Amino acid sequence: MSVSAYQRVKMARDNSRPTGLDYIRNLFQGFLEFHGDRRYGDDPAIVGGVAWLGETPVTVIAMEKGHTVKERARRSFGSPNPEGYRKALRLMKQAEKFGRPVICFVDTSGAFCGVGAEERGQGQAIAENLLELSTLCVPVLSILIGEGGSGGALALAVADRVWMLQNAVYSVISPEGCASILWKDAQKAEAAAASLRLTAEDVKSLGVVERVLSEKDLGKPEFYDRLRVLLAEELDALAKEPDLIGSRYQRFRRLGVPGGAKEQP
Amino acid sequence: MALLRFLKPKNQLEEGGRAAAPVQQDDGEPEKTCPNCRKDIPLSRLWANDLVCPCGYHFRMKARQRVRMIADRGSFHELFTGVRSENPLNFPGYHDKLETVRAASGEEEAVICGTAAIGKQKCCLFVMESYFMMGSMGSAVGEKITSLFEYAIRHHLPVVGFTVSGGARMQEGLLSLMQMAKTSAAVKRHSDAGLLYVAVLTDPTTGGVTASFAMEADVILAEPGAMVGFAGARVVEQTTRKSLPAGFQRAEFVLDHGFVDSIVPRGEQKTYLAELLRLHDRGSKG
Repeated sequence: MSVSAYQRVKMARDNSRPTGLDYIRNLFQGFLEFHGDRRYGDDPAIVGGVAWLGETPVTVIAMEKGHTVKERARRSFGSPNPEGYRKALRLMKQAEKFGRPVICFVDTSGAFCGVGAEERGQGQAIAENLLELSTLCVPVLSILIGEGGSGGALALAVADRVWMLQNAVYSVISPEGCASILWKDAQKAEAAAASLRLTAEDVKSLGVVERVLSEKDLGKPEFYDRLRVLLAEELDALAKEPDLIGSRYQRFRRLGVPGGAKEQP
Repeated sequence: MALLRFLKPKNQLEEGGRAAAPVQQDDGEPEKTCPNCRKDIPLSRLWANDLVCPCGYHFRMKARQRVRMIADRGSFHELFTGVRSENPLNFPGYHDKLETVRAASGEEEAVICGTAAIGKQKCCLFVMESYFMMGSMGSAVGEKITSLFEYAIRHHLPVVGFTVSGGARMQEGLLSLMQMAKTSAAVKRHSDAGLLYVAVLTDPTTGGVTASFAMEADVILAEPGAMVGFAGARVVEQTTRKSLPAGFQRAEFVLDHGFVDSIVPRGEQKTYLAELLRLHDRGSKG
């Protein structure tokens, strides 16, 4: 493909891409938004609640960047604070209680970086989501729709199935950050983007996502119709999975197993 | 003092894998300057005191030295020694970097795992290595820690872990990020088995390690003055363009905000850990 990795990064960040709420409104019916983490506050960078996928009640959780300048600022450009991750976890636990599948939409350059976020335990909030999601006993499906920025993205992507839009990216660090740390030169972001293997095809070849979604008709009704069918099929399949938690464990267990790792004393 | 600590310059001796030659006095023994109290401390005195300055400043410590300090003599049996990072993404320069760091540090990877006894209490022990790419977590670190928790489940053992990390190792890209999920799932299984996990956060514990197994322990301890956070202080300062509060992300600050159970100085850690293990040992009655 002639599109460079860094061009993909720019496409993934494009303001005109559909955001989390666009997916929620177009894929599901009757979305009821639930606010707050019951601990401290409500983070507008994460939107969540219940909705219908056809005849099935589902819990939906999305990172939301916003479209207008004002809304983007209000939503911290989709970078969640600890409250956002704690709200997401609260809604996942609620889904578990009522036996609803969870569908997450991931789109963030990373967890919010600020004094308050650190004071309120950004690292702890993400860690707790990773821990609890690993044994959540309802199906979880996450879709990377734009930027998948590091731990801040992973906190909503410890799932049974992870899908990724064709022009979304998923990376441990931004190419700019990588270039400035390794080569002391943010201008080398292009080279870093290519080395990080962050495009959808690369991420799939690493085994981190199961499916790359075509962006044909992106944002149009045909696009959402197609995705809705895929979601319904996948949730049906996951509902029949005999050992959901065991399979989810193995899904992540086999990622990044280097040489010499056969020893099992 | 808190401010001084915060402003502490990068200590040349502690950077990367190379230990610079200590300052040699004309006629005295080698000394090291404490970045906190600014006094020159004889190395022999520092070593005798587990690399803690008389002023209380905790110097960074090599992982094997820490194992010797914490484990009962001769009790440590290392596991998973053959697990070492490769260069799964063919990331430019990574192969050579690994070779250099291995030669300089004498370690294969940024964590040492094994079984040990602490005050006669048997446990699984992991100690991360700051002299190996600042304890960054790639596939090998994630694999070793995951394997250790799985071993601990099979053998019904508690886990004690010392963390030090700059975060996920970017040269292994997304595979490093996935180690956060992989280790967390193993911690959860160990926890669900009713077993104890104690983490001791040492300077610095940041990024993907903070946002996974460092913050998932039943009891979270920290060394005095240790930097503990998700985003690095410099990044926070540059992003927010505001000056940071005094002592930001230091262990004392993190304790004040409710994210660690206690700060335990190095000299008291072994006794403290042994007592914690005894308190959770269902086989013994005091």
